[in-house]
Amino acid sequence: MNAPLSKASGCRDVPLLKERGQREVFCGLTAIVWLHRKMQDAFFLVVGSRTCAHLLQSAAGVMIFAEPRFGTAILEETDLAGMADAQAELDREVEKLLSRRPDIKRLFLVGSCPSEVIKLDLEKAAERLSGKYAPRVNVVNFSGSGIETTFTEGEDACLAAIVPDLPETDERQLIVAGALPDVVEDQMLGLLKALGIGPITVLPTTNADEPVAVGANTVFALSQPFLGETHAALTRRGARHIAAPFPFGEEGTTAWLRAIAHEFGVSEEVFDRVTAAPRDRARRAVRQASDPLQGKSVFLFPDSQLEIPLARFLTRECGMDALEVGQPYVHRDVVGPDIELIPDGPVFSEGQDVDKQLERARTSRADLTVCGLGLANPLEAEGLTTKWAIELVFTPIHFYEQAGDLAGLFARPLRRRALLKMDAPEGSLADLRGADT
Amino acid sequence: MKLSVWTYEGPPHVGAMRVATAMKGLHYVLHAPQGDTYADLLFTMIERRDRRPPVTYTTFQARDLGADTANLFKTACREAYERFEPEAIIVGASCTAELIQDDPGGMADTMGLPVPVIPLELPSYQRKENFGADETFFQIVRALSRPMERTARVTCNLIGPTALGFRHRDDITELTGLLLEMGVEVNVVAPYGATPGDITKLGSAHFNVLMYPETGEAACRWMERELGQPFTKTVPIGVGATRDFLREVSEIAGKPAKIDETRLRLPWYSASVDSTYLTGKRVFLFGDGTHVASAARIARDEMGFEVVGLGCYNREQARMIRSLAKDFGVDALITDDYLDVEASIEALAPEMILGTQMERHIGKRLGIPCAVISAPVHVQDFPARYSPQMGIEGANVIFDTWVHPLVMGLEEHLLHMFREDFEFHDDAGASHHGSKAVASSESTEATTRAATETPTPGNVSEMGEVIWLADAERELKRVPFFVRGKARRNTEAFAAERGLGEISVDTLYEAKAHFAR
Ligand code: SF4
Ligand code: SF4
Repeated sequence: MNAPLSKASGCRDVPLLKERGQREVFCGLTAIVWLHRKMQDAFFLVVGSRTCAHLLQSAAGVMIFAEPRFGTAILEETDLAGMADAQAELDREVEKLLSRRPDIKRLFLVGSCPSEVIKLDLEKAAERLSGKYAPRVNVVNFSGSGIETTFTEGEDACLAAIVPDLPETDERQLIVAGALPDVVEDQMLGLLKALGIGPITVLPTTNADEPVAVGANTVFALSQPFLGETHAALTRRGARHIAAPFPFGEEGTTAWLRAIAHEFGVSEEVFDRVTAAPRDRARRAVRQASDPLQGKSVFLFPDSQLEIPLARFLTRECGMDALEVGQPYVHRDVVGPDIELIPDGPVFSEGQDVDKQLERARTSRADLTVCGLGLANPLEAEGLTTKWAIELVFTPIHFYEQAGDLAGLFARPLRRRALLKMDAPEGSLADLRGADT
Repeated sequence: MKLSVWTYEGPPHVGAMRVATAMKGLHYVLHAPQGDTYADLLFTMIERRDRRPPVTYTTFQARDLGADTANLFKTACREAYERFEPEAIIVGASCTAELIQDDPGGMADTMGLPVPVIPLELPSYQRKENFGADETFFQIVRALSRPMERTARVTCNLIGPTALGFRHRDDITELTGLLLEMGVEVNVVAPYGATPGDITKLGSAHFNVLMYPETGEAACRWMERELGQPFTKTVPIGVGATRDFLREVSEIAGKPAKIDETRLRLPWYSASVDSTYLTGKRVFLFGDGTHVASAARIARDEMGFEVVGLGCYNREQARMIRSLAKDFGVDALITDDYLDVEASIEALAPEMILGTQMERHIGKRLGIPCAVISAPVHVQDFPARYSPQMGIEGANVIFDTWVHPLVMGLEEHLLHMFREDFEFHDDAGASHHGSKAVASSESTEATTRAATETPTPGNVSEMGEVIWLADAERELKRVPFFVRGKARRNTEAFAAERGLGEISVDTLYEAKAHFAR
């Protein structure tokens, strides 16, 4: 099998513009906003400050859920001054929480900048609490702090923390890591099963009692490009990564599925039979939705680490021209296959110095600038057309059936700008005023 | 350690950002990790600001800790000065930077920047957003303003409006107009729209108008002491308060209190017969102390509501709110725990909530209409139209805003008359809210239930002791939804008072007669 994808740069060693300066990105705590929806019997307890609580609330779009399955244990003066034993305080808060929420089966203690700076040992706490509440509740800790993690890396840290506790198996199997909306996950599993691939488990699971095990005969694929630590943790458990471009757009989805199909020895004939119809649908949908994008330029600020795979989708499937592709971090092992496919031209930047980057964005004046919420309106006010990056992590965008929607997300700001006609044509305002007097 | 789910206020450095973002020509260098930059979106998204907040974050990372976070701060400070060329800089730490004790103020001081550098000490683990704004503005005023000659004409400063404030933008416009009618000109509005240069001129005004005690009181007190400027104590929200305010201004300014009330509609709208239905509506109030106190007076004296509970989330105003609650004969709820507020609303079962965006969500869940009167704000609290809370237009806006979520007067009677009509069942909602009526299945359900069920005990009451018999429960369902909560509570109270263990249809109507007024 394997009609090789036509390569563009063909080189994953493209030079990176490494920047160090002010970063305008969320911290890993933000990932809790989607993780808690995905893992329906889990509670995420951030041990942090009022700032952490405020971030979560602002990122979650203000109190959408009555009593959400996340909260912040806010450190107080007494905890910091060592007047109160923070570990004992934590035990007390967890006790209260778990007695009020008997539905909780997994408790994540999430570290923040303040808890890490005061060296509050959450690993010790998780061990102690796990012992206390086993088998009803499993307690795990990970860091979502801004000094350790950037935005989507919160999910990476969470999944990487789960991996060491997974039971061992010798079975030949596939794990797909990455939190996906249920509807997308079902589509993915449907395709893989139709290809005859199995057994398959996904990480994270919706419920604690769904079995996931790992071992030397496990292979794994990533559905999200920000899972570098999870990649390392699974590798440490003996599992082997199936590297592939990420399943965005028709081409990305096909390449991702093909890599897995190849690993499991699926025949070209079966692959074509299973994928032909959805591929065709996806191609048509992208063609239609990407019309406003053709020939336009795009500048991507670093945000969710989806930037490189998305730049591949935008340049190869939507006819766009990428000027700069920023990412908070670049894990070449993970995004290498996507980089290889991106046509020569864009600057790849890693890290950020936001004021310098804004200057580049202003100079290049791309037709579309993809950036965070803090920058979008100010850039719009300067006449640039923007797409908020955060929508890309809250919207189903993976695999064939969402390929058209993904193109549509980028096209909408351009369509909107074309629709709004409020500037009076040259001279007419003067005419109006003239008529008035 | 205290578990928090939703918060009414952000950390104090967000308060400092509200001051910095409201001003021009000021820059804030904030020692903070990258995630704290989320605060920018509060201003660019919620308030739709077309510029980034003037804040440079050092965004230190774990690997910088212990090594050179101090240098990082200095570099950020120097680069911010060079890039933005502000007239003055404020420097401070967020919660994390407070722990690493780099002393941003001290460091900035040694750098010899050619503009005033004002250090902020905002204790992140003790205080919150409003304190942060109040303290920041106070420090800026203290650092920059001096006693000076008064202006020839009578002028005042408008003190307290910030970025991300509840209707601050329009309150400034309204007050400026009101004062002008009295012949009082505005010298400086601050922090909103002021430059550090403007702050140096605060001293030339004859007095200060303290618009929002939450964010301007410390500065006003200092100016009273150091610049000899008296400040107004009445917050002009509502008809009565606006008139009191103008009297207060008249005394301070030595000018007759003049007010052109031709635009004022609240008194007549409230007196007109359609508003009769507002009489005695049971309302619960929650928000920041200032807005709650103003709203309580309007609710009782200008709308004819019954205030059944009130409270605030900012402890700084706890004492004032407690004494106000005493006047109203209710208990004050001082808390920043949203679950306490929800429990309190559930227990009091008001017919309407006047609260914040948080209470709006509580109201949605409990099926109680809610109008927003106070920060914390959401994008919809920044309407495109002119929509102040203060002064004359403010009173008009408040009348409309509070009445909107309620079922309209005449409509209430129609609903009552035709309550058995399929189009007028509970789910139909108020016609002016544009919600589509859902056909009722209750009547058929009720008949089948009546046919099959023997009158077994119904639900246990909310108070736990009294049992609703099934037919009484059914009768209760026929009471229109917007008074049903009241009917239930009254009946249960009536039954409890008489030591009844069960509520029958008779009990229901006896209670109704008992409470009739
Ligand atoms: S989207 Fe609407 S309902 Fe949801 S938080 Fe925002 S304002 Fe509230
Ligand atoms: S950056 Fe650190 S302090 Fe700020 S919200 Fe994130 S974890 Fe909390």
